Amino acid sequence: MIRFEDVSVTYDGAVEPTVRGVDFEVPEGELVLLVGPSGVGKSTVLGAVSGLVPHFTGGTLSGRVTVAGRDTRTHKPRELADVVGTVGQDPLSHFVTDTVEDELAYGMESLGLAPDVMRRRVEETLDLLGLNGLRDRPIATLSGGQQQRVAIGSVLTPHPEVLVLDEPTSALDPAAAEEVLAVLQRLVHDLGTTVLMAEHRLERVVQYADQVVLLPSPGAAPVLGSPAEVMAVSPVYPPVVDLGRLAGWSPLPLTIRDARRRAAPLRDRLGDRDATPGRTPPGTGTGTGTGTGTQHTTDSPAASGPPPRTPAAPERPSRTAPAPGPQPATPAGTGAPHTTAAPNVSPLSDTRNDSGTQPGTAHSSRPEPGTHVTSGPEPGKPSAAPAGTGAPHTTTAAPHPSGPLSGTRIGSQALPDTAHTSRPESGKPSAVGAPAAAAAARRPRASLLRRLRGKAPSAGRTADGGPGAPYAAEVRSLAVRRGRVQALRRVDLTVSPGETVALMGRNGAGKSTLLSALVGLVEPAAGSVRAGDAVPHRTAPRDLVRRVGLVPQEPRDLLYADTVAAECAAADRDADAAPGTCRALLTELLPGVTDDVHPRDLSEGQRLTLALAVVLTARPPLLLLDEPTRGLDYAAKARLVGILRALAAEGHAIVLATHDVELAAELAHRVVLLAEGEVIADGPTADVAVASPSFAPQVAKIMAPRKWLTVAQVREALA
Amino acid sequence: MRRSGARPASSRAARPAGVPAPRHHRADALHPGAWWLWALALGVAATRTTNPLLLALLVAVSAYVVLARRPHTPWSRSYGAFVKLALAVLVIRLLFTAVLGSPIPGTHLIVTLPEVPLPDWAQGIRLGGRVTAEGLAFALYDAMKLATLLICVGAANALASPSRLLKALPGALYEAGVAVVVALTFAPSLIADGRRLRAARRLRGRPDKGVRGLLQVGLPVLEGALERSVALAAAMDARGYGRTASVPAAVRRTTAALTLAGLLGVCAGTYGVLTAAGGTYGVPVLAAGLAAALAGLWLGGRRSLRTRYRPDRWGARAWLVTASGAAVAALLFLAAARDPAALRPGVVPLVAPTLPLWPAAAVLIGLLPAFVTPAPEQLAKEPS
Repeated sequence: MIRFEDVSVTYDGAVEPTVRGVDFEVPEGELVLLVGPSGVGKSTVLGAVSGLVPHFTGGTLSGRVTVAGRDTRTHKPRELADVVGTVGQDPLSHFVTDTVEDELAYGMESLGLAPDVMRRRVEETLDLLGLNGLRDRPIATLSGGQQQRVAIGSVLTPHPEVLVLDEPTSALDPAAAEEVLAVLQRLVHDLGTTVLMAEHRLERVVQYADQVVLLPSPGAAPVLGSPAEVMAVSPVYPPVVDLGRLAGWSPLPLTIRDARRRAAPLRDRLGDRDATPGRTPPGTGTGTGTGTGTQHTTDSPAASGPPPRTPAAPERPSRTAPAPGPQPATPAGTGAPHTTAAPNVSPLSDTRNDSGTQPGTAHSSRPEPGTHVTSGPEPGKPSAAPAGTGAPHTTTAAPHPSGPLSGTRIGSQALPDTAHTSRPESGKPSAVGAPAAAAAARRPRASLLRRLRGKAPSAGRTADGGPGAPYAAEVRSLAVRRGRVQALRRVDLTVSPGETVALMGRNGAGKSTLLSALVGLVEPAAGSVRAGDAVPHRTAPRDLVRRVGLVPQEPRDLLYADTVAAECAAADRDADAAPGTCRALLTELLPGVTDDVHPRDLSEGQRLTLALAVVLTARPPLLLLDEPTRGLDYAAKARLVGILRALAAEGHAIVLATHDVELAAELAHRVVLLAEGEVIADGPTADVAVASPSFAPQVAKIMAPRKWLTVAQVREALA
Repeated sequence: MRRSGARPASSRAARPAGVPAPRHHRADALHPGAWWLWALALGVAATRTTNPLLLALLVAVSAYVVLARRPHTPWSRSYGAFVKLALAVLVIRLLFTAVLGSPIPGTHLIVTLPEVPLPDWAQGIRLGGRVTAEGLAFALYDAMKLATLLICVGAANALASPSRLLKALPGALYEAGVAVVVALTFAPSLIADGRRLRAARRLRGRPDKGVRGLLQVGLPVLEGALERSVALAAAMDARGYGRTASVPAAVRRTTAALTLAGLLGVCAGTYGVLTAAGGTYGVPVLAAGLAAALAGLWLGGRRSLRTRYRPDRWGARAWLVTASGAAVAALLFLAAARDPAALRPGVVPLVAPTLPLWPAAAVLIGLLPAFVTPAPEQLAKEPS
């Protein structure tokens, strides 16, 4: 149906071809998935099918692309419109008319179909895609999933033989993505449509593919094969494949179902390990202080971890004794990040599991970063950041950003043992359950932290939650109206320094609105919002950037300048930071970006990192990210995870609004689920994620009922 | 086709109670042209009178119909913008009268502003000075006329978006029409972009208000709009926009010749009509030019493959709506001829305007569309 014959595409002004030696054939009625890291030319290959490359984009295409027997060299896109339906990345820029029904008819009108045929097909398509209730609605008022379905429907009505989709589910919440994929599945099975699609979120789509075309690297020839074969060699793969590779399953499982069938031995094996004191399974609380202690030592043999960790435990008591505390902690702190850098995952998983269920940890983990702020960075500075960019970032300079994190985590872990006795109130299963009690428990500590901060000179400039603010963010019975829509109702949320919270929920559930409220972009209709000690919508922007920073959904919105250097200079001015602060940060987060690049020419992930550096220049203790992984491949995502973990370890409170369950599983201590503007669940990631079928990460589904969330946890446990 | 019953019944809560009109359904949606004719006819009627009571009645009539019958689309909110614009016109006109004075001789002095002495060459222009009730009343009446006209255009906009109207264009003009529609839909998204980017300035710690903020986001907004237009152009191309049928060369050439000749004829004819010398040839040449141009358009339409999906039909309701507007206009023309005093109340001497009964009754005919057209669908829920 689609045949590529030795195709290479060189864009005007480019030295090298974007894709080279593409030679494969997509048989009729198959769903073929195009995968590969960012920037390997997936969109170019897709564009070549519809003829937009090179007719619309310019450039030179050598070789031959034929679609249903038509050569794209001699057929312009509009002349292929009856055989190829194309849906781009952004459905909104696809729509020509303003209501659903007209949009479905538009393509047929262009092709000149008879009115009665059009009418029939529109009705059929409305039913096929479940859009009948929306037929008269203005497209602008639809949700993301609905828009994506309308976009697909609008290219289906002319009955194309080939459907080309570029990232159809990336912007969608898990449920909406399922909806779209179900439709595609139906088209392939019932109508025999040939589908070629590119997608970064392989965990959502790979099981539907009949074949996978892998573009391994820019300019490399594609690899075509069955999904299991290709996934075995692919540089990008979903967690289920990662787990399969880890466990040595062959052929690789692609679906949860396959993986679960194979996973019984693995579960048993891990179950055994769970029983040992070394790794306490999430379900069972850690008993005694010694228990936890052992756990660490047993955990770590994989890496050079143990020595620093054991000293980390004594650090805990220091917590209660403010002044001397940091001092003993200091050597441990410095030691830990660097030595444990390699096995960084292990401690994380420990904490996660613990905080998941173990009552005490939810609370204890909160003050922990505070300690870190005061103690960690101080020693870290001379060793790790000669550049002297400031305390919070020093630790980032360590080769593995998550290195320092592990140090902190260990600390937090040990804490319950020592601190538990003094804090019986922490017996609540979820952190939200007892905001009042938790707050009460935290208050003395906060003041203690404040005093600490005052003493530690470096900490003064670091993530400063603001004196007297125990939470980095505090939202109380917040209601927000947007036009006629009640976007949020009675939302309560508190985020402590060092805590990472994932906001999840379907498109339009109010996640972005909540973030906007936290940076003062929208005013509450009722209730209160505080970011540190400030009321965001009443605070002048200049002061607010030092308290809270938001990386918006489209990071480009934050970037105005022509070059990276100018952007960084402007960020320094905006934040009243020393010149060069932003640039130094950027170099830490993303080495190898030159000064004179235009922000527009950066890749999606690079642009996100630049925006992050710009926001971090003001060192806000509260960092918000809206849908940060849209358009990122797995490698870029892993970098982001590393950066965010390190930031959390430094005491930044992080709130992410995301649809990416895998990201939430990797990063978040807590997950807050929103629906229709209300908080419907708020608890440790392991609990919330495992409880919800649509928000559970793949590993959790495979390992259920055990609460493993990420492959990294499993890998560490097996090591 | 009519009321096929395939679509779910919608609630009719939005309409005033007890109005016997059919529920909204695409098949019997009113032709957008009817709405525009009705609204423009009300506007024309407004030009016939300066009686503030009659003008207020006209505004009330259009507002009632708009509130009862506007659909739930982003476009329909434009009515509010037009009302604000009309108020601004009113205020500006009154301010100018107060500051620059008025030619109307008045005796009822309201206030005397300090007068700015102007040099000789600026004779006839006055700054400041006496502000009289007569002058203000005259300005108010005059400005109300313009404001009413604006509100009527706003009503047309709200009731039938221009993009729906453009769909009724002849085939040859269709592609130009789509370009206009796309431009029209980009304006709102441009504004939305501007707002979003201005808000984003706040995230950078810069003030999000003020002119500078607006200027600084200008370039990124335009860049974004441009990128989106390119993406849309690609999508439209891939969906078959601009596909043409192959027509015989002879037809193509004839089309070109007819269109060109028609346009030249229209130009020459217009020139003839407007100049004193060309009184004899002006009208026939203009007519011939128009005919040629129309023929060219019709022939040109044969190149376009396009078909129309469920075009709006011009039915009995459309006739009724149009007729109601036309009746208002015609009756006010008649009234203006018969009873100029009532429709143009004097300001010297200053008298309170009275509401002439039968012209007022005539204006009320304009309410007819609120009762005979289908009610808009009530939106169940609007996601953010």
